[in-house]
Amino acid sequence: MFESTDLAAVWLTLKLAAVTTTLLLVIGTPLAWWLARTRSWWKGPAGAVVALPIVLPPTVIGFYLLVAMGPNGPVGQFTQALGLGLLPFTFAGLVVASVFYSLPFVVQPLQNAFEAIGERPLEAAATLRASPLDAFFSVVVPLARPGYLTASVLGFAHTVGEFGVVLMIGGNIPDQTRVVSVQIYDHVEAMEYAQAHGLAAGMVVFSFLVLLALYTLNPTGRRK
Amino acid sequence: MNAIRARFRLDRSDFRLDVDLNLPGRGVTALFGPSGSGKTSLLRLIAGLDRAQDGELSVNGQVWQDAGSFLPIHRRPLGYVFQEASLFPHLSIRRNLEFGMKRVGASDRRVSLDQAIELLGIGHLLDRKPDSLSGGERQRVAIARALAVSPRILLMDEPLAALDLARKQEILPYLEKLHDELEIPLLYVSHAPDEVARLADHLVVMDGGRVLADGPLIDTLARVDLPIRLGEDAGVVLDAVVEQRDADWHLARVAFAGGAVWARDAGHPPGHRVRVRILARDVSLALEHASGTSILNILPAEVREIADDEHPGQALVSLDVGGSPLMARLTRRSIHALALAPGKRVHAQIKAVALVG
Repeated sequence: MFESTDLAAVWLTLKLAAVTTTLLLVIGTPLAWWLARTRSWWKGPAGAVVALPIVLPPTVIGFYLLVAMGPNGPVGQFTQALGLGLLPFTFAGLVVASVFYSLPFVVQPLQNAFEAIGERPLEAAATLRASPLDAFFSVVVPLARPGYLTASVLGFAHTVGEFGVVLMIGGNIPDQTRVVSVQIYDHVEAMEYAQAHGLAAGMVVFSFLVLLALYTLNPTGRRK
Repeated sequence: MNAIRARFRLDRSDFRLDVDLNLPGRGVTALFGPSGSGKTSLLRLIAGLDRAQDGELSVNGQVWQDAGSFLPIHRRPLGYVFQEASLFPHLSIRRNLEFGMKRVGASDRRVSLDQAIELLGIGHLLDRKPDSLSGGERQRVAIARALAVSPRILLMDEPLAALDLARKQEILPYLEKLHDELEIPLLYVSHAPDEVARLADHLVVMDGGRVLADGPLIDTLARVDLPIRLGEDAGVVLDAVVEQRDADWHLARVAFAGGAVWARDAGHPPGHRVRVRILARDVSLALEHASGTSILNILPAEVREIADDEHPGQALVSLDVGGSPLMARLTRRSIHALALAPGKRVHAQIKAVALVG
């Protein structure tokens, strides 16, 4: 029922989501920590920027990323100067775009989890000889575990579901940028409804199972 | 030399603190005052949990803070007990206890884990998680956890305030054991006069961000000139020794410098050191030694000072009993009727004597 191009698209999608989620956890942790604890004036604007992808049409994000990463854009000039070439229409470009697109889905659960922990466990850890970094890894990360689970699942699932951004910045290159959502679009364009159904139903089942796992295994992950 | 020197100035919009203290480097020092008096703020400044730009702090000769330096809290050799136990919920009791201890270099470990567990009586709880413990048990674990880092000084911020009376009674004996068995100076924040009377050797009275009085417990409590808002708890504490026990009447005679009183027998053997607490409201004065009275303890005394009390109809009379202080709360009318004045010899009739600690 699945063609080899379908399987390639599935594999590419999973790879993109895995790489993106990993990067997002690394980037999102310090960002969410800062947002959770800062009293700076910048907290509001920074939080708003992080949340932008929730409300903006994916085409808008994709368009500006395309411009920025293009030959005349600042990111594009930077990557060219580094000898990396241009990012649009590559897997790396797709990863960069997905990181922006899924940022709020990782940062916000982490920020909520960090805020729920509060000041006291950190103070207690400090009086027990733990440096701030030590306390972060030995106290904050374990206590924020439900937040990390939520962030990982939402970041992964949201990346799997992206379409507009991919189309703008990645196009439709097999094994490079042709993810499942694009492949479904191709099938529909070509009137191959049976193949489209196979992938689309797969996405529905996958999304349902992921969210089911999230809500049953991690009931505390949705506190606050 | 073995002492704590603390000078802090804090100027926040809603709160000011201005403190300059030299505290003994041993025994229990109580920071006492009403809520909002700045005692917890001072403790947090000493710990390094908060930072005053203008501050100097040295503990046992080691500079923790001065004009140019601030030792981060995790490098300060202290133990801290919060009002709520603040155990790490994701760790077992054993791992909670080990958390601080394993971050202390082996050469700096003077209190062993077993010792801390034994001292607080928590051996049976080690494999449990904090949320399955009672409030009193959690606080005992928190104290043991703070001890297990072998602190040079132990800071406690109202460790009993969040507990009910029964839990308090459960923990107080352990705190007394700490006092008796460990050589670690203890700074103890409290607004409860009974805890202070029981535990403290040295008393710092705070109000409005300032130190009102600071000195040995017995002398400081006996001062009637202080605006200490002790209310019904005004009174004195005396160091005493159990002299003899009267098994027939279940009484114990305890002697202090300058006199002796009968108290309810608490089971202490003769020779045992105890603290005696006598509240001002339980002391009345007579010009002659009364007979035909139910009062057991009548001591000759000399009036030292008469000071205003909170109510204008009353006064606090400071007395000298063979060198030891005593305090009586009387009405102004009685003082007038007995013509009491400094130097006057009287008989102090003590209605109740409490053995504490």
